[in-house]
Amino acid sequence: MSDDHDDSAIARQVRGVEALLEARGLVDPVELDRALQAFLARACPASGARVVARAWVDDGFRTRLLADANAALPELGLSMGGGLQEQRLQVVANTADAHNVVVCTLCSCYPIALLGPSPTWYKSEAYRSRVVRDPRAVLRELGLELDDAVDITVWDASAETRYLVLPARPAGTDGLDEPALAELVTRDGLIGVAAC
Amino acid sequence: MRFAPGDRVRTSRVDPPHHSRLPRYARGAVGTVVEPQGRHPLADLRAQGLPAEPEPVYTVRFPARELFGDGDHSVTVDVWESRLEDG
Repeated sequence: MSDDHDDSAIARQVRGVEALLEARGLVDPVELDRALQAFLARACPASGARVVARAWVDDGFRTRLLADANAALPELGLSMGGGLQEQRLQVVANTADAHNVVVCTLCSCYPIALLGPSPTWYKSEAYRSRVVRDPRAVLRELGLELDDAVDITVWDASAETRYLVLPARPAGTDGLDEPALAELVTRDGLIGVAAC
Repeated sequence: MRFAPGDRVRTSRVDPPHHSRLPRYARGAVGTVVEPQGRHPLADLRAQGLPAEPEPVYTVRFPARELFGDGDHSVTVDVWESRLEDG
């Protein structure tokens, strides 16, 4: 899916299979494009940022999101399906004492429906193997220095659940409204390799 | 469902000659069930094209010290019930 792999072997293979399916009338190319467009329209970090901003301003939503994210997302017109099979989402909240970071050590599982395609480094062997072993050092290299007293949990998405980090609301943002707060949230914050 | 949040569990030590969703670093390790995640067919079987009945999957929290011998963080891994025993 990432746009820098168009000439890779797997991309050629997928194009070949798609062409065969279309030639045999098993897949309608218009329907396929429509499903992909509908999916990708919401699959970008801005959607994840909206979820975070709402949780920062609405304690009820925050509680519902942490208890059952799939049930809470429709309140924002979002879902973990987007026309495809819905995946279970678990949102994990950072606090002053606890930090969460997400990885898929086996491959590249990622909440695509909310964040879009994952960054290249997320799929790299270096990140996948090192962040479970020494998250404090990896986060430091990525620019996030955590106090030694902060407990770190690394969530390895090894089965059917996808994980999203709810960063702590930055200090000094009391005057900001929900859209302005969403602007503060980055993709890396939603993975847990940045503070926000 | 065999396990509940807070239960101590041990992961399988088996190193199968096929795809497994139990990462090597988390084999034979003792952890604590965080919560059940619903029921899903075992991916190890599906990857071989074999039939698989849905079974409970649990998020299990392991201290880094248990997995790697040192470290002060925790790692959670999502594990199918048939890969767990009482810890």
